[in-house]
Amino acid sequence: MSITNLLNNWSFYRQKRPFRGQYDLNKQYSEYKWAMALDLDICTGCNACTTACYAENNLPVVGKERYQHGYAMHWIRIERYWDENMGEFPESGTSFLPMMCQQCEEAPCETVCPVGATNHTNDGLNSQNYHRCIGSRYCSVNCPYKVRYFNFWNYPSTAWPSPLQDQLNPDLTVRTKGVMEKCTFCVQRLNEAKSRARTEYRLVKDGEVVPACVQACPTNAITFGNIVDPKSKVAKMWKNQQVDLYKDEQEKDSSMRGYRILEDLRPFPSVMYMERVRDMEA
Amino acid sequence: MVNTYEETEVAVEKKFVKKEHDINADIEWAKINKDILRSLERPRAIFWVIFVASFALFMVGVSCEVYQYQTGLGVANLDNPHVWGLYVATFIWWIGMGHSGTLLSALLHIMHADWRKPIYRYSEAMTTFTLLTAAMFVLVHLGRIWQFYYVVAYPNERWTWPNFQSPLVWDATAIGTYLTSSLIFLYIGMIPDLAICRDNAIGFRKKIYLFLSLGWMGTDRQWANFRVTYLTLACFLMPLAVSVHSIVSTDFAASQQPGYHITSFPPYFVAGAIYSGLAVIITLFIVLRYTFRFEEYMTIPILEKLAKLTFAAAMVWTYLNLIEYASTWYGNDMYAKQALIYRATGNFAPFWWMMNFLGSVLPFALAFKKVRTNIPVMLVLSILLNFGMWLERWMIISPTLAHGIYPWTWDHDQWPSFVQWGIVAGSFGWFNMLFMLYCKIFPSISMYEVKEMLYERRSFKTKKVAEEVSNPELAVEGGLAS
Repeated sequence: MSITNLLNNWSFYRQKRPFRGQYDLNKQYSEYKWAMALDLDICTGCNACTTACYAENNLPVVGKERYQHGYAMHWIRIERYWDENMGEFPESGTSFLPMMCQQCEEAPCETVCPVGATNHTNDGLNSQNYHRCIGSRYCSVNCPYKVRYFNFWNYPSTAWPSPLQDQLNPDLTVRTKGVMEKCTFCVQRLNEAKSRARTEYRLVKDGEVVPACVQACPTNAITFGNIVDPKSKVAKMWKNQQVDLYKDEQEKDSSMRGYRILEDLRPFPSVMYMERVRDMEA
Repeated sequence: MVNTYEETEVAVEKKFVKKEHDINADIEWAKINKDILRSLERPRAIFWVIFVASFALFMVGVSCEVYQYQTGLGVANLDNPHVWGLYVATFIWWIGMGHSGTLLSALLHIMHADWRKPIYRYSEAMTTFTLLTAAMFVLVHLGRIWQFYYVVAYPNERWTWPNFQSPLVWDATAIGTYLTSSLIFLYIGMIPDLAICRDNAIGFRKKIYLFLSLGWMGTDRQWANFRVTYLTLACFLMPLAVSVHSIVSTDFAASQQPGYHITSFPPYFVAGAIYSGLAVIITLFIVLRYTFRFEEYMTIPILEKLAKLTFAAAMVWTYLNLIEYASTWYGNDMYAKQALIYRATGNFAPFWWMMNFLGSVLPFALAFKKVRTNIPVMLVLSILLNFGMWLERWMIISPTLAHGIYPWTWDHDQWPSFVQWGIVAGSFGWFNMLFMLYCKIFPSISMYEVKEMLYERRSFKTKKVAEEVSNPELAVEGGLAS
């Protein structure tokens, strides 16, 4: 532990908004910046993404009572909204909105963690270090989307009664009581793909790796990829929708469907949603 | 023209020495020692009642905490968007209370307001113990208490530091600093009194006081050094007290949550802190006065002065509170406005209105002298004011988390469980227990400063009388002719 180490690097610490992932001292631009585009017009609200996430990320099933109480640990949740002025239940239209951690470039949760358990990675993810987390829950307080889930109970002891523990994904940990967790864009898959690519002296190809929710989506409503690569599908979609990752107010055409949630708070989220189009005449 | 010495004395008293009535200036010095040392010996029976009740409450808190530690924070009935609750609210409340002890002793010391002298010692002790109680809440609130030390910047082989951007780290540092310095301030101010205890004690207690009094002999040099040290610490503590609660307020003001993200929070928190601190000083004033038979030192005029100070603090708080509402209302921030409307009309509304009533309307009772000098009324009133301030903290924390920016996560039904209430109750037990123990072991009124106060008043009076007698013209002006 040296005080010089701290003092030397202190001035570089978050002196500006991260650009394409973390502002790195050695190489200013990272090759990766993971992003998503989510088409609400295609989304049917089938919950396959949530189910896949539960399986992939060792999320505990908390049971009906705890779910209703607000202890659900769904990293991706399907929000259901009834359309206004569309009549009573069978006639009224519904919209679905899958909500997961938006992996903000300027994440409100990162700055407030007292122990630095949540950080920005070089590829633009908002990481969560379970071992460092002391459970002050400040990150959740400051998250505008409230997509951080706290382990209020010791789930590993109850959520997977034997033999169910065999279904757990060995690529990541099972979280105990008292730590915060959230969507990681399936960082275990991303890391595996990155190391595989590194051994072959190349970058990760577009579509080579996707998070579990993207993989499970039956209608392909979610697109995932590296937005730094202009040829990737997700970068093209962002560009087509005229949504810029580094703007807090988009100068887009009003006919464009792309938008980001709570953009005006300036967290610079990495998930673009595309509005649902509804034919009101029909 | 009648101008005897006695008559002049009466006239002078009328004209100049109004403040004399704070305390009877004719108490013998030996009696002061006797009266105050008696508090270390045989208090009234109510002392043991309070002590045992506090201990029982503390054990309730301990058992709740053990249960929570074993099971997880779920038993506190906090849930996912609503992750903070009574723990954080009560933490702010306790830490706020600690501010008045220092204000009373340091600020009034510097301003030479000598009526503080009989009451500053226990206020400082109150500061220390409220800080200890607040620190306990920080730990109770953590998901993984066993790793709380990650917040402290300590050297380790992994080169990991806490995140210095986080207001919680500022918080931990500020509270640590404040606790350390208030403890030192309390102890330094106590040394001459500990020496008196040492001189009067026997047996093992003599050994303890002998060690604690650090060889105090009362020499001129010791007094000179003592004065300088005490004043320096007082000057250091005053800005610190203001900064500590400002920093606590940045926990909220620096966050993005509507209802927290308010610029006026630092002064608002400091004003609220001083307000609730003064109210608790009044409560303890009345309790100590009765329990330890301090009627001659903790007099009604001093209580009245405290009440006036409380009224002033209440008005400052009210002003800042209204500013908060106004700036939110005119701020054109949809989320903040929504949160404010929810507070006033949602399911926390009864508490919110009660808080406004107790915090802003009730203090107007202090405008009446009959209220200020009536001890039972003041006891009830001070507790109610403090309850209002506690509600204020809770109304900052909970409604906001229940009604945040994102409508899907609105969570209006959360209510603290018995574990949360139990730990909050336990904190009262813990505080009272420590405070009562302190008052039993250490002199809770500063003997040497009360003597100083009496000496100054007596010499002031003597001087004035002498002046009047030697200057008959002045005496005529003083109304002696009639």
